[in-house]
Amino acid sequence: MDKQLVFSFPHMGDYHVVIRSMLGELFPGQRVISAPPTTQRTLELGGKYSPDFVCSPFKYNMGNYIEALEAGANVLLQTGLGCRYGYYGEVQEQILRDLGYEFDFLCFSRAHVKPEKIYRVLRNLGCPLSMREILGVMMRTAESLRIMDALDYYIRENVGFEIVPGSFEKLQKQLLKELSEPQTMLRLERLKQGYARAAGEIPVKKSAMPLRVGVIGELYTLMEPFSNFYLEKQLARRNISVSRRMSVSFLLFGKKDRISLRESGGYLKYTVGANGVDSVCQAKRYAELGYDGLIHMKSFGCIPELNVMPALTRLEQDYGIPILHLSFDANTSEVGVETRLEAFADMIDMRRKKAYGTARVSGG
Amino acid sequence: MLFVETAPDVGLWKSVARMNTCREKIHNSIWVITLKIGIPKAFLYYRYGCLWETFFQELGCEVVVSSETCRTILEDGIRHSEAENCLPMKLYLGHVESLLGQCDAVLVPRFEGNRGSEEFCVRFLGLYDIVRHTFPWAKLITYNLKGSARAELFAFCAMGRQLGKSADQCFRAYQRARQRQQNQDLARMERQQRVSEGDGLKILIAAQPYISHDSFIGGPVCRMIREQNGTVLFSDYCNRSVCSRKSKAISTELYWTMNKEMIGAIELYKNRVDGVILLTAFPCGTDSLVNELVIRRVHEVPVIQLLMDEQQSDAGLQTRIESFLDILGERKKVYG
Repeated sequence: MDKQLVFSFPHMGDYHVVIRSMLGELFPGQRVISAPPTTQRTLELGGKYSPDFVCSPFKYNMGNYIEALEAGANVLLQTGLGCRYGYYGEVQEQILRDLGYEFDFLCFSRAHVKPEKIYRVLRNLGCPLSMREILGVMMRTAESLRIMDALDYYIRENVGFEIVPGSFEKLQKQLLKELSEPQTMLRLERLKQGYARAAGEIPVKKSAMPLRVGVIGELYTLMEPFSNFYLEKQLARRNISVSRRMSVSFLLFGKKDRISLRESGGYLKYTVGANGVDSVCQAKRYAELGYDGLIHMKSFGCIPELNVMPALTRLEQDYGIPILHLSFDANTSEVGVETRLEAFADMIDMRRKKAYGTARVSGG
Repeated sequence: MLFVETAPDVGLWKSVARMNTCREKIHNSIWVITLKIGIPKAFLYYRYGCLWETFFQELGCEVVVSSETCRTILEDGIRHSEAENCLPMKLYLGHVESLLGQCDAVLVPRFEGNRGSEEFCVRFLGLYDIVRHTFPWAKLITYNLKGSARAELFAFCAMGRQLGKSADQCFRAYQRARQRQQNQDLARMERQQRVSEGDGLKILIAAQPYISHDSFIGGPVCRMIREQNGTVLFSDYCNRSVCSRKSKAISTELYWTMNKEMIGAIELYKNRVDGVILLTAFPCGTDSLVNELVIRRVHEVPVIQLLMDEQQSDAGLQTRIESFLDILGERKKVYG
């Protein structure tokens, strides 16, 4: 191919850093741009050209694509698994073509996610790397994702108790900057250890029993902070430790439907599509660990999560753990979510006081 | 009541062959219990209804089918379901509730798909668990359609064993039920074929069968079209395998069985009908994407999308259908 390829892909959390560096290594000499950061305009653009009652990740992706095309991208990437997500690609491509954009659309969904197909696509696009080098890039990407998710997990649990405001965020930014550059396996290993140590050394003022909230639900809404109005940050501001197992590395390496189904302890008899089983299994685990509350998030009309809601309600009654169900759409208002979150935080705080009879000291 | 939670379908034939004789003996000696099996007239009843009814009747059970959808059923359904659930789901819960107390067990199957990489809507994957948690006191009987083309037979045998029937009985009952269902499908196809050759405005209702045939959702639409002297054709009264193949012309990536058949029917009928109505219920997950693609890719025939929800009023619907049919009538006059 003689024309300059400009790759782009939709956003989800901070993962664009890793994906960009992966594509950069796979296609040296070609440009890779992240879509412009998700803003209100992205959502409006996406909502305008999407079907009305499709789930909101579709709308966010559409917005990202349009903005990326405006920024000069000509090769768009999409994946697809799970329920409706597997069919996003074809519809999005059609909508973008109808809008008059010129681009190549690479959709690695369902049947196309096989290694040999991916390999052929890479070759067609002019990837000059050998098979071994490609595998190396993939492995380094996987490792980067693991490092990123491990740090994020630690940060979510502790960011509400930091003494110097912004110290965790600074560390996270620093890691993302390092990961955006080409790495070797050895350097990644050093990064992993270095950042684990650095994160542990950040001073926190955390009592022995802070308020803890588990976050479960549909993957995109959980992982894209813009789509849930930075819910985790809002909770952290109220000195609540947030736990969320859902991440890309969980989806790629940690998700086993059969094990989750067994661990859901009879609340589900069959799998219910996408991450429904994981939601129940995680909810049950959080309940057993004595978390103070759960927040169940999904995009509007997400069928797998709706399928598990009766099971979650049952679990809520059995374990006596409050669950806040939040549903996000392109038209959800931030204030509405804030109010409900505030009430929820107050409620779990009061429950704690009632149960233990002690006033909660500031910072935990 | 004879009711076992699950029966493993692995090695079914071997174990059952051994148990067969002894089962028969027990059955002949002990009193015969007539079980009443309730079948909700919603969702896949419109696809497998005859199969289910015949199967249970052949096994000596009494079958209770819930009544046509009415306002009460809808309201019961709404009360028991999450607000965000799709309209057919609410109706389903309403139908299940109407059956409780009228029968010994309600049939709530789970569908995942038995044709290669094709799937049913994710809704059907969780159907059993939803009903089980919504009505914890209800006795349910289920089967799981998952795997190869023969999965249905094994699932039915496993279900029959829950009722205490021998594998042999189940097998025969299944065969007969299958035959009856096929005959019914064939008869419907032939009738539709005859109807489609007649005169008048022919409208294809492209929708999931549980939307187009439901007396609450699709019923008024069909009635209004007929009142305007239109002929109604249904997308599910077509040859399924032909439709499935034809659907490739519109969408290559589609993997939902019923949507595939739906758009295949559009492809099949597009030169023979005057207009297509995409009938969908709010917020149907699969239709939200597929209908968008159909609207963007099918240009040979006029298409409108009608979105039904629980607050649907007849007046709004009437206006839209009338004007659509008027346009089609004028179009036919001009183009012949």
